[in-house]
Amino acid sequence: MVSSNDLSGSKTNTQNKKSFYFDRWWLLLFAVIVIILLLIIFKPDPFRRILFFVSDGIGVTIYTTLVSFILVLIFGLVAGLGRISKNPILNGAATVYVELVRGIPLLVQLMFWYFAFPSVIQSLGKFLSFEALSSYRANPILMAIIGLTFCYAAYMSEVYRAGIQSISKGQMEAARSLGMNYFQSMRFIILPQAIRVILPPVGNEFITLLKDSSLVSVVAVADITRRGREFMAANFIPIQTWVMVALLYLVLTLFSARIVTWIERKTKLER
Amino acid sequence: MEPIIHIDQIHKYFGHVHALRGVSLDIYKGEVVVVIGPSGSGKSTLLRCINRLEEFDQGQIVVDGITLDSAENINAVRTEVGMVFQQFNLFPHLSVLENVTLAQTVVRKRNAAEAKKTGMQLLEKVGIPEKAHVYPLQLSGGQQQRVAIARALAMNPKIMLFDEPTSALDPEMIQEVLDVMMALAKEGMTMVVVSHEMGFARAAANRAILMDEGQIIEEAPPNVLFTNPTHERTKLFLSKVLS
Ligand SMILES: Nc1ncnc2c1ncn2[C@@H]1O[C@H](COP(=O)(O)OP(=O)(O)OP(=O)(O)O)[C@@H](O)[C@H]1O
Ligand SMILES: [Mg+2]
Repeated sequence: MVSSNDLSGSKTNTQNKKSFYFDRWWLLLFAVIVIILLLIIFKPDPFRRILFFVSDGIGVTIYTTLVSFILVLIFGLVAGLGRISKNPILNGAATVYVELVRGIPLLVQLMFWYFAFPSVIQSLGKFLSFEALSSYRANPILMAIIGLTFCYAAYMSEVYRAGIQSISKGQMEAARSLGMNYFQSMRFIILPQAIRVILPPVGNEFITLLKDSSLVSVVAVADITRRGREFMAANFIPIQTWVMVALLYLVLTLFSARIVTWIERKTKLER
Repeated sequence: MEPIIHIDQIHKYFGHVHALRGVSLDIYKGEVVVVIGPSGSGKSTLLRCINRLEEFDQGQIVVDGITLDSAENINAVRTEVGMVFQQFNLFPHLSVLENVTLAQTVVRKRNAAEAKKTGMQLLEKVGIPEKAHVYPLQLSGGQQQRVAIARALAMNPKIMLFDEPTSALDPEMIQEVLDVMMALAKEGMTMVVVSHEMGFARAAANRAILMDEGQIIEEAPPNVLFTNPTHERTKLFLSKVLS
């Protein structure tokens, strides 16, 4: 009796070991968090002050990144489908968009959306003598989100394109031969397979976007970086300020990287 | 009687390659037609034109009274025409049963229970109901091809197209697929089969067709075509295949 219990016990144990997997890179994230905690506990001045000052920027950074990223996923897919379309107009439009956007620095694009674009709208409003347009004021966060989305959707379209093209042509043909239309075939056959392929590069895009979101600090968005600059301007302690800002970004990026790895593992296990 | 597939003088170009050079062919309901011919002769292209996986440049194809011209017509025709590919092309991210039920629910708008019932019946018919819940890549080639046949049949097609259904298979698996096709032929399914399986052609086909360089060279009952061909090119081809 005892031995049989032992047997079944050890069996479930090994099964647990197989399905349980600890991603050791979490430790790096914990280490960074511990460093932050140690700094604010043992050196509250200035570290706790810095953290409190920039903390409202954390939400802004996360919000800007997340909203942009969701839009990037949607518009990137649209542009990616355009890039593989056989229709010369759709294909041409998507290609021109991607080539132009990739050739202009993101910072310049953000400047355009925040400073130039509202002026264009205002002039247009004056020209049409349309009050709502001529008195148009740019909302910094909205413009930042538009700018990030416009740029990153172009990069993301290339990720989608590569993922979709990695699925063999026979899959589309089999779907079409069953009477599914183009969108049904994409939705049920091609994209579910492509997603597994593009998950790692999509995760990378997210992390890059998170870091590039610091550029919005120059177009009046009070994100972590901008709050850091404001703190430094008032207190003149550059080393401590930028160490704290860097640590905060590290928490976000390391955490995101772990989540990406976790999702990748989960989608693999489902098979 | 109206042919169920009417192919009238079609031409197909791939750039400079003139893949089909004026092919005409009428196929009647319940007929089994086997197409043979050397590599590159246009057999696959002809088959793929019938359900418009390939656009053609000239001529006309009418399937079950529907002329292939507009996008709606193409989808209408495709639901009536099942196709089986050399490389199976099963959907690897879906289970065997889901492979067989997906198009039923998405295209035929059947509810899940109904689709599942039809799907299980068809898996029964092709002899692998016990594999319903595994994924395609866990199956042997012969099993995969049988699932592919079941998947096509689930749409209740009036016509089945087979493009070299056994040529990617290990020899010991060819027969299990041919058996399923044979049963289908006996039930009266209209079938167009590109295959060099002479045994199947003799046993199941009403007509055999030899294509070469984008043209139909000769058509006759399989026994006649294989043993008593009239054209030099047919003789030449058969001597190569049979040797
Ligand atoms: N997608 C394509 N692009 C360019 N040329 C093609 C394409 N598909 C077929 N062809 C050409 O058209 C001709 C007919 O090809 P097809 O595949 O119909 O021949 P087949 O008789 O099926 O040959 P096989 O026995 O090798 O399958 C060949 O010359 C081939 O190279
Ligand atoms: Mg072929």
